[in-house]
Amino acid sequence: MSDLLLELFSEEIPARMQAQAAADLKKLVTDALVERGLTYEAAESYVTPRRLTLNIVGLPVRQPDQREEKKGPRVGAPEAAVQGFLKSAGLASLDQAWIETDKKGGQFYLAVIERAGAATLDVLAEILPAIIRNFPWPKAMRWGAHSAEPNCLRWVRPLHAIVATFGPETEEPEIVPFEIGGIKAGNTTYGHRFMAPQAIKVRRFDDYLTALGAAKVVLDPARRRDIILHDCKDLAFAQGLELVEDEGLLHEVAGLVEWPVVLMGEFDASFLDIPGEVIRATIRANQKCFVLRDPETGKLANKFLLVSNVIASDGGKAIAAGNGRVVRARLSDALYFWKTDQGPLPDYADKGKPLDQRLAKLRALNIVFHQKLGTQGERVNRIMALAREMAPKVGADPDQAARAAELAKADLVTEVVGEFPEVQGLMGRTYAELQGEDGAVAVAIEDHYKPQGPNDLIPAAPVSIAVALADKLDTLVGFWAIDEKPTGSKDPFALRRAALGMIRIILENNLRIRLGHEIGKMILPYFAQAKVHELGNIIKDINSSADASLASADATQRFSMETLRGHRERTLDQGQEVINRAADLLTFFADRLKVYLRDRGARHDLLDAVFALGEDDLVMIVSRINALENFLKTEDGASLLAGYKRAGNILKAEEKKDGAGAFEKHPEANLRIEHEEHVLAAALDRAEREAGEALKAEDFEGAMHALSKLRAPVDGFFDKVTVNSENADLRRNRLQLLAQLRRAIHLVADFSKIGGA
Amino acid sequence: MTHSEATIQSLDPKKSFQGLILTLQNFWARKGAVILQPYDMEVGAGTFHPATTLRSLGKKPWKAAYVQPSRRPKDGRYGENPNRLQHYYQYQVILKPSPDNLQELYLESLAAIGVDAALHDIRFVEDDWESPTLGAWGLGWECWCDGMEVSQFTYFQQVAGVECAPVSGELTYGLERLAMYVQGVENVYDLNFNGLDGDERITYGDVFLQAEQEYSRHNFEAANVEKLFGDFSRAEAECKALLAFGEQGDDEHHKMVLPAYDQCIKASHAFNLLDARGVISVTERQSYILRVRELAKACGAAWMKTEGAGV
Repeated sequence: MSDLLLELFSEEIPARMQAQAAADLKKLVTDALVERGLTYEAAESYVTPRRLTLNIVGLPVRQPDQREEKKGPRVGAPEAAVQGFLKSAGLASLDQAWIETDKKGGQFYLAVIERAGAATLDVLAEILPAIIRNFPWPKAMRWGAHSAEPNCLRWVRPLHAIVATFGPETEEPEIVPFEIGGIKAGNTTYGHRFMAPQAIKVRRFDDYLTALGAAKVVLDPARRRDIILHDCKDLAFAQGLELVEDEGLLHEVAGLVEWPVVLMGEFDASFLDIPGEVIRATIRANQKCFVLRDPETGKLANKFLLVSNVIASDGGKAIAAGNGRVVRARLSDALYFWKTDQGPLPDYADKGKPLDQRLAKLRALNIVFHQKLGTQGERVNRIMALAREMAPKVGADPDQAARAAELAKADLVTEVVGEFPEVQGLMGRTYAELQGEDGAVAVAIEDHYKPQGPNDLIPAAPVSIAVALADKLDTLVGFWAIDEKPTGSKDPFALRRAALGMIRIILENNLRIRLGHEIGKMILPYFAQAKVHELGNIIKDINSSADASLASADATQRFSMETLRGHRERTLDQGQEVINRAADLLTFFADRLKVYLRDRGARHDLLDAVFALGEDDLVMIVSRINALENFLKTEDGASLLAGYKRAGNILKAEEKKDGAGAFEKHPEANLRIEHEEHVLAAALDRAEREAGEALKAEDFEGAMHALSKLRAPVDGFFDKVTVNSENADLRRNRLQLLAQLRRAIHLVADFSKIGGA
Repeated sequence: MTHSEATIQSLDPKKSFQGLILTLQNFWARKGAVILQPYDMEVGAGTFHPATTLRSLGKKPWKAAYVQPSRRPKDGRYGENPNRLQHYYQYQVILKPSPDNLQELYLESLAAIGVDAALHDIRFVEDDWESPTLGAWGLGWECWCDGMEVSQFTYFQQVAGVECAPVSGELTYGLERLAMYVQGVENVYDLNFNGLDGDERITYGDVFLQAEQEYSRHNFEAANVEKLFGDFSRAEAECKALLAFGEQGDDEHHKMVLPAYDQCIKASHAFNLLDARGVISVTERQSYILRVRELAKACGAAWMKTEGAGV
């Protein structure tokens, strides 16, 4: 058994590409080996800013030998066929072939080709250059004199050296013999760029790892992250502060250094007037530093942590001071933006308060929200109207909801948000407070984006809820109207998140909203817009036919009639399209709701059973599901479900003979002869009445209870009565009784959609 | 202070802005670069100099270095921001083909101006460069010194719509930032320009503060919008006319690329001023950028038919 050590040493690899590259390298090489019959014991890949490393342990030194049989022509076949066979099998003459007999007794030639497995070293020399040449970097480049040649080597940044050694643990490994882009694979790597730049000869992974450690390179990114996090917490603790943890930033900085050294810097406390989120965004985005907070107050401290790549000769004083200067400069910029946003906007100074001026600019700039969905200004108008309409349904003041919706997007043109998009909403709120907007309006500006993810808080205040729902519904309906739905893993406009957000807001606040109704109302204008366009075409057509009338009055009339008929049909098609898309969006909500319920351990098949009734009020859907779930857990419920299924199966079979809907008439009393028929009929009438009344009162438990009384009569009916009587009238009447049972049960849910039982 | 001490300080990259520039000039001259003077037009960055844009195209080897005054009208802050200027200096190095030891050369140049790698944290942080107006892109990094971006390091892949073959390496040093770093000052206007002390000391502010104030007013408030729109259209038309003139009667050779390219630069600067005046909407912005890019690409294509590109 032998081990492979592969290292691709280059100029600095972008941090964000490192993890994927390490995973890709491992997969590509191991897959190629396995494909060639070379299995291995273990494989691990590593990455630093300057190297991509793969260690494969326990590879055989040769491929297994391969034996292949190749069937040839029958004995005595024409010469041409024999020659073709010899050539394809690589035989010199028929003497080298076997003669076999098939089942029918015919004789044919057989070639047995035995291929000795190649040495793994040679297999590696063949596959490694191909993998390097076709490596799936998100963006690769050319460099140097070679770059003038066609098909030159591309890599993420210039590649300088390759280590590729292969051999058993006990012996000096061999170098995998290959060369690519003028770089010959060897056994030389280099240490830390500044602290140990000299060449290092390596043999296999363990001495390689040790040598790199001594040359100030921590190879494993997970270890670099651990070191950084640990040192950050220690330094923070020593100052009585707390690290504001940031997983994304941690991964990034671990990809920027080979030898992490955490240092603390500081900035002037007067910058703490800037909102904390802006300070954090500034320091994070531009300087890739961590911020700290006071554990007592939760407020940011005027200190930060940076991760440097060197042990400096002065212990890091100059580095910390230098970073401090840059952070101060960045914060002066942020302070400038923050102050500018609160002042008058040139050319818009007469458009009201500062945020209103920004809104005026947003409108004036005609910033496109989406090519087919118009400008941000148009969107603001739609959300305002919708928020106003939503307000009474969620207990909010309509004027406040409309005002919040009006200002909700104004911060998109502020300087701070222009610089740090991640603080959108928060800045709108802050500026709204500063210009004296009502507290509920200001909060809604921030909270209307919520929830941003499954674990984010949902907005709680009524005005926030109205605007949050309006914003999300507008987005969803808009994208559905233009048929830009999420597919597979692609959801560029985060529509799934918007739908899930609406579901959470509605359910967690117990809001009564007829979703289907709202969607239908909103989707219409999009088609009305298309209709205006259509109308234009009609007028154009009629005009052009009027011109044509100079030539022939008769033809004109025919033409315009046909044109109008065509338009009418297209209009009908579009009407159907509106209904289809609205229904499709509602189904999308149902699917999201299913995910939501499943995550909470509810049975999602019950959603299908309830949704099939056409219910579009989420709160009602969920209380029905809850009542149903409880009901099905009782003996009465389980038994009734079984009875329902039995009735349903019989009906399905008989409807095949008599046609769908053949038994939907109310059964007739005078065709009942068995006692159990009378009992069931009476029970059904009562259950339908009681369940109906309970449903009117939104008392689902009550409705279920009413239905539960059917259990004994149904069981009795199936015990004693033969449905498919030879008497056609009796048969029909009994089937009608079962159809009534089905209708009664469908009052609460479509039991046929329920699984199990 | 003696005369010779003064001479040393006025040339010291750690004491004077001019010393920093002269040190870089000497460094790159010793590395075999042609030391050019700034291009005599208003440009947004050193890349616009034809010694970079056009010379990076074609197969002829090329090494050059120069200071380029750069104008970014929108970055004006009326002289009130310690870090932002609407007029500043870039030091530009272009090496074709990119040498294998370009990173080492760059670090050596930092050492020459007094940035000690044993004391400072120098980092190559991903920054893919793209100039939509020039139809150019490349891969490389921002070079950080103790968290401050002091240079831009790019391997050109495409310029003016033409694939670079071979690839050039481009280094762009932000001179003011670098000088602030090595001089240890927090405000650009406090930079010592000539390295002298007392009465003889000249600061960056002495030289440029008034200009920053006046040009900020000009860029944001006064520049005549109608005139600028006219400048843009005239430059665009002239660029096209000159390119047409230069290709008369010969498909293989072009005879008027450089003057045409000047007009492309003019159009770009007019656009930058209009942008600073805030009179270009988001959608229009795209179309203006596209118009400048079309000019740049036409110039690039024409350059490929000249001796400069190795024809």
